[in-house]
Amino acid sequence: MSAPASIGVTERKPDGLFLQRLKGGDPIAHAITWLAAASVLLVTVWLVAQLWMQSTPAIHAFGFGFLWSSEWDPNAEKFGALPFIYGTLVTSALALAISVPLGVGAAIFLSELAQPGLSAVLTFLVELLAAVPSVIFGLLAIFTLVPLVRDVIGPALDKTSGVFPFFAGPSYGVGVLTAGLILAVMTFPFVISISREALLAVPREQREAALALGATKWEATWDAIIPFARLGILGSIFLSLARALGETMAVTMVIGNDPKITPSLLAPGYTIASVIANEFTEATSNLHLASLILLGLVLFLITIIINAGARLLILATTRQGSAT
Amino acid sequence: MSSTPESRVKTAIPAQILPQASDGVQTDLPAVKLKATGINFFYGAFQALFDVSIEFFENRITALIGPSGCGKSTFIRNLNRINETIRGARCEGEILLDGENILGIDVTQLRRRVGMVFQRPNPFPKSIFDNVAYGVKINGLARGKRALEETVEKSLRRAALWDEVKDQLHKSAYALSGGQQQRLCIARALAVDPQVLLLDEPCSALDPIATGKIEDLLFTLKDQCTIVIVTHNMQQAGRVSDYTGFFLLGRLIEFNKTGVIFRTPAQKETEDYITGRFG
Repeated sequence: MSAPASIGVTERKPDGLFLQRLKGGDPIAHAITWLAAASVLLVTVWLVAQLWMQSTPAIHAFGFGFLWSSEWDPNAEKFGALPFIYGTLVTSALALAISVPLGVGAAIFLSELAQPGLSAVLTFLVELLAAVPSVIFGLLAIFTLVPLVRDVIGPALDKTSGVFPFFAGPSYGVGVLTAGLILAVMTFPFVISISREALLAVPREQREAALALGATKWEATWDAIIPFARLGILGSIFLSLARALGETMAVTMVIGNDPKITPSLLAPGYTIASVIANEFTEATSNLHLASLILLGLVLFLITIIINAGARLLILATTRQGSAT
Repeated sequence: MSSTPESRVKTAIPAQILPQASDGVQTDLPAVKLKATGINFFYGAFQALFDVSIEFFENRITALIGPSGCGKSTFIRNLNRINETIRGARCEGEILLDGENILGIDVTQLRRRVGMVFQRPNPFPKSIFDNVAYGVKINGLARGKRALEETVEKSLRRAALWDEVKDQLHKSAYALSGGQQQRLCIARALAVDPQVLLLDEPCSALDPIATGKIEDLLFTLKDQCTIVIVTHNMQQAGRVSDYTGFFLLGRLIEFNKTGVIFRTPAQKETEDYITGRFG
């Protein structure tokens, strides 16, 4: 069998060629996509500039002391960010401490172990869960988590306070622990969904390489599949962290909104996002308003620092020998 | 294929093929290391192998040749039961390793004894050292750091890679070239000291120079283990193997000494394939 000598379309030149090919389309496409990309930079710069300008009175009044002052008294015009930074970091850390092991575990089950039918159903539910608005989670937390923490979890943890001082004290139901729990529920679907994608993208040769050396199924999963997918799993964690740091509605509904730093997780707290949402409309003085905006700038910086840390971590582990 | 006569299967392993070295001098009978009888294999409803029976001799290299999709890779993946990990896969028949049914051997033990090298180099995203050490560690084959280092060095030497990597053992395996990665995978497989080494088209992703290195390597390895190599490269089969089996459409058409297969094949299909009339 020999291929036909020619396919007979080489010399044709239709009349509408100019329009069809949009001559010079490449520079136009270049310009349009360049503009789209430039808007990213524009928005970022604009955001930082606005936050900076609007918060100038607070910066002048408190300077860097704003970061480690823990007094927040609108009547006395004294504002400090520490309780909010503390509340934000602690609730987010608590959320990830719960949702990452659970989420990665679920992702391993869905991608490696579950029957295809079961996996499809559960994956659909996970994606549904990820799309639920946060105020719904807030309601869920008020009606279920708050009584649960107040009546069951809190008293039980209080008994261990001899060993773990961060569980000491009375539990009101609303507090840092409850906020952390609902944030865990909210970030859980993100961890599963993205980790699962990463695990599924691991070539089957990796698994077979481990199995062919005499590894058990679990050893192959733990030693070959997970290390190969670790960048995707890390990505899922950082995305969840970003959501936890910035989550406003659900946290405000259950954290108790009290700007104090207490070692007990059962006590009420406050987060940056919550205080901005709660006090912004009621802020009467310029300094109060500027302090809230400065808090926004602090939150923005925290997310930038954490994201930069994430990049460095990924870079470090990648250099050690990664697949991508 | 309804046209295949029943007798073909029975004559697939002619008794007279044994045992002569390539120069014609009579030698001792090689022992049968691995013996498969009546293998039928299914992916779901699709039957990929039909009643395949074959023997692999100790310290010999056996090449399995045939056009793409003829079932030769599928066949050797049954020998270490790695096909079991594919959903819907089913294997009928009997495979004996040293006379013992492989279904009766703990699967992790079986795979330690029957090593495998894959079509594309598939090192782990770890350092060169950790890649080779992995199988040794999970099987608990080396006691202490010193013994582990010795095993890794020995395996890399056996895979003819030591001189190229000895100064960069803690670099990522992905920094190596494709040919080096494949030799690393061979070293990784050798590190657990397998009795049988299955190679599934190990050179198909490599350039001729890297291929040549791997072929040289096979000659040195056959003193210590039984080698089965799947290849669609007939020249390669002719160069490296002592025995050759020809697969077509899921059947073992012919099995004999490599010289016989290439010079005087008994079946017309084999002759057609060898002479390049199809495939």
